[in-house]
Parts: sequence; C-alpha cells; structure tokens
Amino acid sequence: MIPTPKVDWLALAPTLALLGASGTALLGSVLVPWWMRRVFTAFVAFAGFITAGVFAAVVFDESADGRSLIAESFTRDRLGALAALIVAGAGALTVLVSWGENRRDHVGEYYALLAAAGAGMVFFVTASNLMTLFLGLEWFSIALYVLCAMDTHREESLESGLKYLIVGAFGSAVLLFGSALVYGATGEIGFSEIAAAGAGDDVLLLAGLAMLIAGLGFKASAAPFHMWTPDVYQGAPTSVTAFMSAATKVAALVLTLRLLVVGFPDQEHLWTVAIAVIAIVSLAVGNLAALVQRDVKRLLAYSSVSHAGFMLIAVAANNELGGRALLYYLIPYGAMSIGSFAVVAARERELQAPVTLENLGGLGWERPFLGAAMWVFMLGFMGMPLTGGLIGKFYVFSAAYEAGWWWLIVAGVIATAISLYYYLGIVRALYVRPAAALEPAVAGGSPPLDPLLHTAVFLSVGVTIGSFFFVQPLIDVARDAAASLPF
Amino acid sequence: MTTALIILPLAAALVVWLLPLPGRAVGSLALLAALAEVALWAVAVGGFDFERGLQLQDRQSWFSDLGVSYHVGFYGFSLFLAGLTVVVCTIAIAYAVWAGGDRGRAYHGLLLFLMGAIVGVFTAQDLLVFYAFFEAMLIPIYVLIGVWGGPRRLRATATFVIYTMAGSLLMLASIVVFGLSQDTFSLVDSGVSSNDWVFLGFLVAFAVKAPIFPFHGWLVDAYRESPPEVAAILSGVVSKAAVYGLLRIVIAKFPEPVEQYQAAIIAFATVGLIYASVLAFRAPDIRSVTAYSSMAQMGLIVIGLFSLNELGISGAIVQSVAHGLVSAILFLLAGMVEARTGTSAFVALGGMARGRPVLATLLMTTGIIALAVPGSVAFAGEFLILAGIYGVGWGWAAVGAAAIVLAAMYMLRLISAVLHTPRGIDALEDTPDVRRYELAILVPLVALLLVLSAWPASISERAFPLIADGQETEAAP
Repeated sequence: MIPTPKVDWLALAPTLALLGASGTALLGSVLVPWWMRRVFTAFVAFAGFITAGVFAAVVFDESADGRSLIAESFTRDRLGALAALIVAGAGALTVLVSWGENRRDHVGEYYALLAAAGAGMVFFVTASNLMTLFLGLEWFSIALYVLCAMDTHREESLESGLKYLIVGAFGSAVLLFGSALVYGATGEIGFSEIAAAGAGDDVLLLAGLAMLIAGLGFKASAAPFHMWTPDVYQGAPTSVTAFMSAATKVAALVLTLRLLVVGFPDQEHLWTVAIAVIAIVSLAVGNLAALVQRDVKRLLAYSSVSHAGFMLIAVAANNELGGRALLYYLIPYGAMSIGSFAVVAARERELQAPVTLENLGGLGWERPFLGAAMWVFMLGFMGMPLTGGLIGKFYVFSAAYEAGWWWLIVAGVIATAISLYYYLGIVRALYVRPAAALEPAVAGGSPPLDPLLHTAVFLSVGVTIGSFFFVQPLIDVARDAAASLPF
Repeated sequence: MTTALIILPLAAALVVWLLPLPGRAVGSLALLAALAEVALWAVAVGGFDFERGLQLQDRQSWFSDLGVSYHVGFYGFSLFLAGLTVVVCTIAIAYAVWAGGDRGRAYHGLLLFLMGAIVGVFTAQDLLVFYAFFEAMLIPIYVLIGVWGGPRRLRATATFVIYTMAGSLLMLASIVVFGLSQDTFSLVDSGVSSNDWVFLGFLVAFAVKAPIFPFHGWLVDAYRESPPEVAAILSGVVSKAAVYGLLRIVIAKFPEPVEQYQAAIIAFATVGLIYASVLAFRAPDIRSVTAYSSMAQMGLIVIGLFSLNELGISGAIVQSVAHGLVSAILFLLAGMVEARTGTSAFVALGGMARGRPVLATLLMTTGIIALAVPGSVAFAGEFLILAGIYGVGWGWAAVGAAAIVLAAMYMLRLISAVLHTPRGIDALEDTPDVRRYELAILVPLVALLLVLSAWPASISERAFPLIADGQETEAAP
C-alpha cells in the first residue's frame, strides 16, 4: 500500500464544497433539460456557497490554534475561516442577485464559474506559501475574467473582460516575478520560512516584496493599481461586479495582511510605509475621481478604490487592533457593496439601460424599499451612524492611532469629508431630483418584482445595520481571527 | 427611563414609515407619539432630583475592547434641553399636520426620528454614542430640507451638510485620540486632557453646529430654505446640541486648553454676536432676521458658557431654552405669514396688525420677550450671562450689553415691518388672521415663555451642571 500524507478534509471542505457545486452546475448545464437549467444551476451554486459557509464556520470553531497543512502549503486557522465565511456569504447573496438577470445562454456556466471563483478565493485566503498564493490567485481570477465577459452581446462586457484579463494577467505576472525574487533571495517559498530565513534588507528580497505588494494591490484595486477597476466594474454584468467588489476585496486584503505579517516581519519598517502610501493614494484617487462620475457603477467602483484605502490603513497599522479593524470592516463593507450593486442591478433591469445619476432620479419614491436600502448603503459608505460603516472607520482610525500614525487619521477624515459629496449625490438623485424623463421600460407596464434580489438587499441592509448594533459578537470573531497572525 | 425617551420617537418613526396609513391618520399618530414623549419627559422631571448630578442612567456595554458602552443619563441642564426638544418638536409636528404637504408618512417619520436623535444627543454619556446621535440628527435634516425645502434647497443642503460633516469628522478624529489615550470612551469615567489638537477638533465641530463666527456660512441658506417647522427645530433645538457638547465635553474635559483659549473663544463669540446683530438689522425678510438673531443669540450663549462660572453657565442654559422657544415661534409665525401672503419679505408685508389682532399679539409678545425687556425670560438669561462674563472682564460685559441694544433694534424693526409700516403688495386687506388651530399650535409655546418669564429661577436654579467626572457616581440601575 502506498503511504499517503494525512489530509485534513475539514480544512479543505469549504473549497471542495464550492468545487463540487461548480462541477455539478457545469454538468447540469449539459445534462439538465434547458427549461430547468437555470433553477438547477442557481440552486446548486447557492447550496454550494451555503455549505462552504457552514464548513467555514465549523473550521473557525475548531481551529483555535492555526496549523499548516499539506507540506505547509496552506493554513487552517481562524483568519482564513472567517474570510472564507465572508466570501461564501457574498457568493450566496450574489446568486440571489443574479437570479433575475434572465440570462438566456450560458446560464449553467455562469453559476459554475461563480462557484469556481468562490472556491478559488476560499482557497486563496488560506494560502501560506507563494505557490499556493499564485495558484489561488489565478484560479479565481480566470473564473472572474470569463464572468466579466459573460454578456457576450454587450460590447462593454467584452471590453471589461478583456481589460481585466490583460491588466489582471500583468498583475499576476508582477506577483509571480516578485515571488521568484523572494525565492531567489531566501530559498524559501513558505511565508513563515521566508521570515525565518532572515534575509534582512537584501535588495532582491525587497524588490520581490515590492512586486508582491503591487500584484496584490491589483487585485484589491488599490491605487495606483486600480486603473482597470472603473472600466471593469462598469462593463461587467452587475451581479458579477457586486461579487467582485465584495469577495475579491476580502480575499486580496486578507491575504495581503497574512503575507506581510507572517512573511515579512523584519521588513516591517518598509512595508508599513509603503502600504500607508498606497492607502493614501487610494483614498485620494478614489474619492477625487468619484466626484465627477455620472455612471453609478463607475462611481461605486471608485468608491471601492477609496474603501480599499481605508482598509489598507488598518493593514499599515500592523498591530492586532489593525487586523481586528480590517476583518470587522470587511463584513459591513461586503454587505454594502453587494447591496448597492444589487439596487443598481434592479434599476438596470427596469430601464434596460446603464444606471446614471440622472435616471436614478425618483427611485426613492417609486421603490421605497430599494430607495431606503440604497440610502442605508450610502450612509454606510459615508460612515454614518446606524450602519457598521461608522464602527469600521472608528476601528480603522483607532488602529492607526495605536500605531502612532496620526496623519493616516487625518487623511481618512479628509477623504471621508470628500466622499460625502458623491454619496449624498446618490441620495439626492434618489429622493430630491425629480424623475427624469425616463424611457419607458421595454416590456411596458411595471416590471415584475424580483423577490430574490429583494431578499439579498434586505439581508445586506440587515448586516449593514446589524453590524452597528451588535459590534461585540462581530469584534470577538474578528479578534479571534486576527489572533492567528503573529503580530 | 432615558432609553425610553430616546426609543419612543424612533419606534414611532418606524411605525409611521412602515404602516400604510392615510395622510390624516399619519399626522395624528405622529402627534400622538410626540405628545406621549412630552408626557414621558414630564414623568422624568418628576423623578429627577436636581440636587444631584447624573441620574436616570442606562448603561450597557457596546463593545468592550475599546471601552465603548451605550450610556445615557440626565444632568439637570440636559433635562431642560431635552424638554425644549420634545416641546418644540411636538409643536413642529403639529404645525406639519396643519400645513399638510405631500408624502406625509416620510415627513412625519423623519421629524420623529430627528426628535429621538436630538434627545439622544442631550443624554449621551459616552463619546461614541454622542457622535452617533450627533450625526444621526443630520440624516433626517438632509432629507427634510432637500426634499421639502424652498427653491434653493439643493445649495442649502449641500452647504449645510458639508460644513457640519467637516466639523463632525474632525470631532471623530478627536474622539478616537481622546478615547484611546484615556482607555475609555465613557464621559463619566474618563479624566481630563490637555491636548490642544483634540480640544480644537471638538471645538470646531460645535462651533459649526452653533454656529460661532466664522463658521456660520451654512446658516442663512439652511434656515431660509427649510420648511418653517424644520427651521424651528434647527435653530431652536439642533443648535443647542453645540451647547451640550461645549458644556459636557469641551469645558468638562479640557480645563487647561479652555482656560488658555478662553479669551479667543469669547472674542469670536462676541464678534459673531455683534456681526450677526447688524446683519439681522439689515436682513430683508422675517426668516433671515430670525436666522441671524439666532446666530447672535448663540454667540451670547457661548459667551455665557465660557465665562466658566456658575452665573454665566446657568444664564446660558436659561437663554438656550428661551431662545429655542422664541426662534421656534418666530419661524412658525414666518411660515404662517408665508402661507397667507406667499412671502416673508418685509417690502411685500406691512400693516398686518390692522384687522389681525391675534397675529399682532403673538408676534408682539414674542418679539418683546426676544428683545429682552426686563421681566422676560430672555432678560433673565442675558442678565445672568452678562453677570457671569463680568467676572471675567468688564469689557466683555460692556460689549455684550451693547449687543442687547442691537437685538432691540432688529426685533423692533421686524415687528414694525410686518405689523405697522404701510401695507405692502402682498399683505392684502382680506389676508386672514391666525386661525384657531394655528393658535393652538403657538399658544403653548408663548405660554411657556410667559411662565418662564415669571419664574426663570425654575431653570436657573436647577441648571448648573454639577459634573463630577472620574468620580464615583450612583450605580446605573
């Protein structure tokens, strides 16, 4: 009998559940008769995300002490489990949002790819060496490239997919090159071994580190690596945008935190500054560019760049409070992102046209629920009370203060002040502007209600508001997760 | 008890938003909830012992790792400010019922939400709770002005929100620094700080809210473009959030910087007082006069607060309540005049006293009280403030007294321009007098002013804060 290494199936369960769902959906898109293909594949993807979430919760519960698995290629710890949980939640909400899209062709492939992207992210956040990091990154990226270009009848969607593919591939190449340099300098690929190798201020290592940060910056859409974000977010199918803005950000930021804290403690004095600078540039670019946008998806894309900046402040703080802040922030942020893109999707389906600030006019009165929800999400992005956005910013600023970086607080405050203008611009469009002369919906009459999308929006509102009132349980979870990193 | 005072209007707001009731019923429901809130406040007063400090506390840990808890309670002075809030907001809702207007459910819900948020501000004993309520006030105000406001409402809301939020974000930074350096965000448990920057962050936030010169850029647009009842709440009550913040946070937590900057703050407040009084004298309509007079009065109140003695601070509280009532009445009267004539500009009004005795009486009474004739509650407040500031320097008191003369000038100008000068084009012969329902709205406020005029000591003897932070207070129930 051939000896095999012991495999920790539980740690792999979230990934496997999503992979299974992806495969089943793919088979379903061939074997299941066309008229129930959509129901079947959507249900399988949804079930996959839910199962992955449940497994992630179990892993979280049972991994008080983190440990490395399978030749130390990935880690089973609470940080990865929490990130997987958030990704799974985002994925499940995305399935709900996607349902009403009325995709005619490739519907099975769509859900299969969504589950595959989710599986890649769930795997990626647990990576603990440079190979699995790259593997996970490419895994979910390739799925996302295709998802972006899924609406083959729309030119913007193809453009979005192509643009993401080219820029994303470039980002991955930079990351890979960086990994090679780090390996060259230390002879190691495991994060903790790189730290243990103690290469100090070796030029090769530092160049590699810089390239790794840049490569991850592409995925987190932090400025100046954000150029693809507005175009891709605008062109991709809105439900895919929703998924990317929430889940990709979770994956990229959590892994950035893990890589830097575990792998490069000796270079701390360098990368904290680098991350802080990237954070400030993201805040500046995201907020200033968002001011002049008329297309709501583009506006939200720039807003996501600025939020990457906020979350990178927490990473730059490089303390336990910062880890807590990041993990807390991701929860309401994910909900607000998905929720706001879901509202945009609803409007888009109604109008059969891109949503701009003009044709958002009057939505608040026409659709009281969606309008109020969008209002809540905007308040959350602004960091106003009654939403977790306030607490998130509060924690981020606290982490920056504890690290002694008061100027990051100042930058965050200024950025928030600027962001008010465009977030309130959306609220103004919803409630204050009169409904513009709208093109009547193609179908005529009022469009059908989409209960699944409404459920997703409702759940997002619930998380956004609930995370304000129930901070203690969430922060306990975030603290447990952050404790698995050696700050 | 305190929590109930906050929750009741918020819950009522939710009910109003969610229940699909017809217009009339919504108004009645909102009014009923507001009256219940007044009753609840009266019960709170009944159970309050003015000889002691913080009372009626509710405390619940919110998140413990940074030491933040939901902690609310009343001091004597905050009880009066909360009383002002519930009364003025109730009257505002009554006015909104009278004025009708579209989208009643949203409107009344927002007014109730605003009421709950303001009461929350006046009771907050934790910095983050304070910040949450302080910002929560802004959410309904933005929509109330933006949707139901006058023709230039977009500009008004944008300026208002950008000014106030810039101030409050500075405050958020200050809160983070203060709270983390104290290891707690509780206002009761934390000690004092001498950090100038943190102090300035708080000061600017409240200076914008009050507003103190030179942070008043948002004032006139916001007060002129709001619906009258919202303007009444804004100038009468929301500006008092600054009073609470200055007293509870700035003066209580930063004794050293306060002493250091005392002269500068008083100087700015005095400049604002004189400047706004002069502007009020030149302003072209009832609303602008009231708006600028509001700014002038806030200057006076800040002078009282920063005299840093019992006389001045008690005077500031008396004056806060008096001014809250006065400016609420004036804005509502302006709204009633506008509803009749379509304008509140002086050139188009005038001669309205003849044939409209009730309007004349109401405006006259309020105006006379506002210009602080001896025997009125405003006189009591201003006298205390001047007495307090006299202890700091007689020069300030002299300038303050001069400003009171200016107040008489602009108030008399307002009265005569509306009531007595030759009739303008919009003040028609048959423009009706104040009707019974409107009278029912205004009389409680005027009566309250008269009662307080007769007995200002009801507030001034009970208002002094007795803040004893960092020491043991009675255990929260």
